[in-house]
Amino acid sequence: MSLASLEHPLASAREQLRVLNQAGPGGPHQAFERALRESGLFPLQATGITVFQINVGKLCNQTCRHCHVDAGPDRREIMSTETAELCLTALERTGIPTVDITGGAPELNPSFRRLVRRSRELGRHVMDRCNLSVLLLPSQEDLAVFLAEHEVEIVASLPYYLEDQTDAQRGEGVFSKSVEALRRLNRLGYGQPGSRLRLNLVYNPVGAYLPPAQKSIEADFHRELERRHGIVFHSLYTITNMPISRFLEFLLRSGNYDRYMEKLIGAYNPAAAAGVMCRYMLSVGWDGKLYDCDFNQMLELPVACEAPAHIRDFRPEALGRRRIVVGQHCYGCTAGGGSSCGGSTA
Amino acid sequence: MSGYYHVEDLPRFAEIGKSAPELWRKFSEWYGAVFAEGALSEREKCLIALGVAHAVQCPYCIDAYAQACLEKGSNLEQMTEAVHVASAIRGGASLVHGLQMRNAAAKVSM
Repeated sequence: MSLASLEHPLASAREQLRVLNQAGPGGPHQAFERALRESGLFPLQATGITVFQINVGKLCNQTCRHCHVDAGPDRREIMSTETAELCLTALERTGIPTVDITGGAPELNPSFRRLVRRSRELGRHVMDRCNLSVLLLPSQEDLAVFLAEHEVEIVASLPYYLEDQTDAQRGEGVFSKSVEALRRLNRLGYGQPGSRLRLNLVYNPVGAYLPPAQKSIEADFHRELERRHGIVFHSLYTITNMPISRFLEFLLRSGNYDRYMEKLIGAYNPAAAAGVMCRYMLSVGWDGKLYDCDFNQMLELPVACEAPAHIRDFRPEALGRRRIVVGQHCYGCTAGGGSSCGGSTA
Repeated sequence: MSGYYHVEDLPRFAEIGKSAPELWRKFSEWYGAVFAEGALSEREKCLIALGVAHAVQCPYCIDAYAQACLEKGSNLEQMTEAVHVASAIRGGASLVHGLQMRNAAAKVSM
């Protein structure tokens, strides 16, 4: 069950921010703003918008233990048809090349296919952040073919190439469903060498530690998934677990929180900070509110006050040069090789 | 002091340099170079370190290198095999000394 359904205190963004801003056992943590300042990056500025990310809601067929959205089958907050149309109207007014659709399981939103079709008609590249198991739902039997027909890039979560680790994070039986879904996608041409049907996987640590070097673990995934299951894919993105929502709850409950934060802060990398995704993306919430990224969205930290706050007031020029709103959670994107929706950044 | 080993001591490791900073600097530099990617990958070096940590039974090293191995992409199967390698060498090292025992016994026996 989601933290929201359990009425857990950490379901509240305010409580998460309170925890993130409190001192550690060795005193106050260095403020992220200060780290940016010392790297000559404060205030962090957007450099335009090349990715229009739409989070269509918190409904999901899985309840992963690390989910920063606190998504699940029990969540009902999903983007309305009207808000989806506002997103498309906004998109029509710009030349933003990439539309990145996420959730929850974005495919479960009734507007998902309309968003894909229209974005493709507008000539935009579309990415679907897919949990794989959704492709096997009886209601989604034709989903894989739909995605292939519209040449949608699939970015699929698979935290490890072994069953135990994957199921520990994503739920019992998810690994075998993921393998079946990947085989289905491969049969359609997804992930095949030279194919226009891009299939990328996402690795994230199954615990309170940082991800390995992307190139190194990518080679393992290619070798092991092909050897064990005959599965091929294009690229692997490594993503650091953000200390928010369910992963924050895990960190606190398991006694790993302070050490994890110290690890993130100690691994701050200015090169990764310069390349963070919020500088070139805009994140639209299920209710149409605008954010710098999906993590700020979950912490209810909207775009800075000088920028329009809702998709109905979309002004790409102002948003493209906005000041980015930052907090302690941002250390998750700047540790080591960096982390973004497209993997490592440094 | 309630015991000899404290988990909070691991991040304080650098304090050992306070009374011999030059030696600590040299050690840190050498340590960093040892674990850098070379003819062996960083992952392989971490697995060796994990095995050695068990052989020398250092709880700090076990803690640090269990995490480091995960962060290099190793899994529990691989890490467990590394511990078995260290254990086999430890066990074998004892057992092979049995030959010294046999030699010593032979020397005084008829």
